[in-house]
Amino acid sequence: MSRVVVTGLGAVTPLGHTVPSYWENLKAGASGLGAVTLTPTPEELTQKVVAEVKGFDPLKHFPERQQSTLDRVSQFAVVAAREAIAQAGITFDMPLSVRTATIVGTGAGGVTTQDDGFRRIYLEKRTRLFPLTIPKLMANAPASQISMACGLRGPAFVVASACASATHAIGIAFHMVRAGSVDCAVTGGAEACITFGTLRSWEAMRVMSPDVCRPFSKDRMGLILGEGAAMMVLEPLERAKARGAEILGEIVGFGMSADAADLTAPDQGGMVRAIQGAFADANLVPHDIQYVNAHGTGTAANDDTETKALHEAFGEHARKLAISSTKSMVGHALGAAGALELVATVLAVRESVAPPTVGYLGPDPSCDLDYVPNAARKMQIDVALSNSFAFGGLNAVLAVKKFA
Amino acid sequence: MSDVASDVIAIIVKKKRVDKPTVEVSDRLEALGLESLDAVEMIFDLEEKFDIQIPYNANTSNPRTEFDTVGDVVNAVQKLVDEKKS
Repeated sequence: MSRVVVTGLGAVTPLGHTVPSYWENLKAGASGLGAVTLTPTPEELTQKVVAEVKGFDPLKHFPERQQSTLDRVSQFAVVAAREAIAQAGITFDMPLSVRTATIVGTGAGGVTTQDDGFRRIYLEKRTRLFPLTIPKLMANAPASQISMACGLRGPAFVVASACASATHAIGIAFHMVRAGSVDCAVTGGAEACITFGTLRSWEAMRVMSPDVCRPFSKDRMGLILGEGAAMMVLEPLERAKARGAEILGEIVGFGMSADAADLTAPDQGGMVRAIQGAFADANLVPHDIQYVNAHGTGTAANDDTETKALHEAFGEHARKLAISSTKSMVGHALGAAGALELVATVLAVRESVAPPTVGYLGPDPSCDLDYVPNAARKMQIDVALSNSFAFGGLNAVLAVKKFA
Repeated sequence: MSDVASDVIAIIVKKKRVDKPTVEVSDRLEALGLESLDAVEMIFDLEEKFDIQIPYNANTSNPRTEFDTVGDVVNAVQKLVDEKKS
């Protein structure tokens, strides 16, 4: 079994289109939330606030001829993958190309293409759709597009587990690299589902905040939908050392579970089993961990249940943890969320800085832990967890260790 | 019983989770076993049936406390229906 290290990170987010801009903004407690601009008729929506990747110009990243082949979700995925691979400094020649996995999480796939297509045929009564509608909207497109753009010829597929998709994807890639079934992996998550149809669907769930996302805070009103992508390059430690790569962090554990309970209500037991699965996979005990990047959606139910799960999984040590939800700054990017959050977690461990939970107004009686309110905190972080808990009761947790 | 009341009861009957043959305006929603998703679905059905908007956020509202009884739901819907007419 190899130790698995991160040698490249990439991100396209509501707080910047590169990892350095994203991370600096997270540490500064900036907000990526704002008015909906991506749908043609935002005035018709009840939900007025989202976290969009603002100012993203596909023509800066892809030639015009290629625009008709890429949904926004695949554009984000490829741009983030290129950044991660450039940082890793890897060229995917043979035989590495066939020994490299591309595993990407997405909750919804190419929804913009689907929404635009449906508008065209149902509303505008047009009779034909664009020829590449299907390969643009298919859920596996982000993985396919990364493999094509970057020349990765090993195992490639998309993992779909709603809000846990990216964490499941990265976890599977981690296990494949650790086991030696591949020599490298490009992995992460992508989502771009801020469309009229998707927002209407989220409105119907009655869990959206009208203005601000305040995870774990008193008076929290729910989640804010986000979008974006984050990717990373994973390699066996020996390979990274041999080529003199800069090592950004080490992935040490992955746990997953299913609640087998309610379709939408979070389940403390399922969360605890995923956290304990990550402990066991990494040979960690609770007091090894200093920071948790929480799922922290800002809904009443998640934050309350996640707090209880942290109490149960960590015991007395829960009160010593720094816990934050970066969703307070970039919204909930669903299938990309776990990857955006793992990038934040890797950098939090690397720089010994816990990013904040912004919008925090004060304690809620049911959320009684340390949520790093409103300002980043310089602190020793040796090991951190990143939690993702999906609708449908699918849970995934990754553990990251400072590389030494 | 008003038309609104019988329509509201017909919707709540579909959402209840206890074995009770009839639903009365005096029944408490809690006693009918309505869970959180049931409440969201009930509100959707009421909005569709009466073409009204019921402000409701699952994070800040609890229909089982805001609407203690079936009668409370009937009154709230009746109020919104009347407002719509005027």
